[in-house]
Amino acid sequence: MDRTKIDLWVGIFVALGAAALLGLAMKVGNLTSSKIGPTYSVTAAFENVGSLKPHAPVKSAGVVVGRVDSIAFDSKKYEAVVTIKIDKRYAFPKDTFANIYTAGLLGEQYVGLEAGGEDDILKNGDTITQTQDAVVLEKMIGQFLFSKTSESKADSKVEPSTKAANAKSGRAKSTELGDAPF
Amino acid sequence: MIKSKLFSSITQTLRGIGKRMTERIWRLGAGTRLFFLTIFYSGESFKRFHLTLREIYFTGVMSLLIIVVSAFFVGMVLALQGYNTLQKYGSSEAIGVLVALSLVRELGPVVTALLFAGRAGTAITAEIGLMKTTEQLSAMEMMAVNPIARVVAPRFWAGVISMPILATLFSMVGILGGYIVAVPLIGVDDGAFWSQMQANVDFRADIINGVIKSLVFGVACTMIALFEGFDAPPTAEGVSRATTRTVVISSLTVLALDFVLTSFMMVI
Repeated sequence: MDRTKIDLWVGIFVALGAAALLGLAMKVGNLTSSKIGPTYSVTAAFENVGSLKPHAPVKSAGVVVGRVDSIAFDSKKYEAVVTIKIDKRYAFPKDTFANIYTAGLLGEQYVGLEAGGEDDILKNGDTITQTQDAVVLEKMIGQFLFSKTSESKADSKVEPSTKAANAKSGRAKSTELGDAPF
Repeated sequence: MIKSKLFSSITQTLRGIGKRMTERIWRLGAGTRLFFLTIFYSGESFKRFHLTLREIYFTGVMSLLIIVVSAFFVGMVLALQGYNTLQKYGSSEAIGVLVALSLVRELGPVVTALLFAGRAGTAITAEIGLMKTTEQLSAMEMMAVNPIARVVAPRFWAGVISMPILATLFSMVGILGGYIVAVPLIGVDDGAFWSQMQANVDFRADIINGVIKSLVFGVACTMIALFEGFDAPPTAEGVSRATTRTVVISSLTVLALDFVLTSFMMVI
């Protein structure tokens, strides 16, 4: 086999492989959208973080502004302390609300930040005081059942249980439970 | 009298099992020795890189056709089957995630390894087996040319280099095949296809793990092919049996290693 021909084909082969890896990294994976810029850390305490995980997005007005860095347990107050890293370009006031929402059908949870009205902004190491926990399905059903039974005592007992069955399967079928509890 | 006949047939069977077991363990030991010798004598395959280059051509480039065509069809079938089921739950836009994750995490490395073992592995085994049969290996030893350094090591490194490239190509072409079925043919939204995929495929956890898997499979398949060829009985029948054993043992090893690697990676 002619040496130059082999060299050419092997070169093309390796180049194709490198291009495929690059293509996978850019187009398929999340390499380009990962946070590279400078960030500042802020902590927030929640009573229940649900299924929030490290590297979950932190969004404000639907735009990703940071990532969840770590989740720890405070054994004195029995709360979860979430450390989030926010991009330095975005400044949030001291009375920002931090809520845990669920994104879409598959239930990946993220932290939503809603800016308040204060002038002072959060700095590195500050704590967000206004927080709202994740939606726990069992508590919601319990609330719903309680409100339903206290509302319509005259109605038959069949209605609340079918409504509860619908609410239970609602997670797979609609995104209504993704909104903050009213 | 009958009792002793029965007894002797049982002992015969047991001895047969024992013999085959010890043979297998012996072969495993010999294979491991060949592996370490190959690594030890690898200097020449990098100093005289044209040897390795030639082998990359024969193992990697010549496998491109089967890998690319298979990848294309696998991607298309994944998209079709996936859409069929996802549509029932209203999540047909997750088809991109399904195709990408299945290919990048599992199907890319594993199917590529199986095809590689079938195509390149058998070629390596047959080539080395024939070299042994036609006494080329003994002739090399007599000329003070180390056959492991000259014949075995370049093929080993060629296999190790080619496998990740082929697996990545498989994944990419498979995703393209899935895209072609999902977006123009079925009608899933183009933007949703790619954006959901990008949101759910992690570079480190999924793509890099797939590359690591394909490297391990490359080492395993190539080493098995090399050993079977090197150890083949120097007859026509011996070489043909060795070729079959390469495919069977490579395939089983790849699938077993896949389970082991996946269980490690899932924990991380």
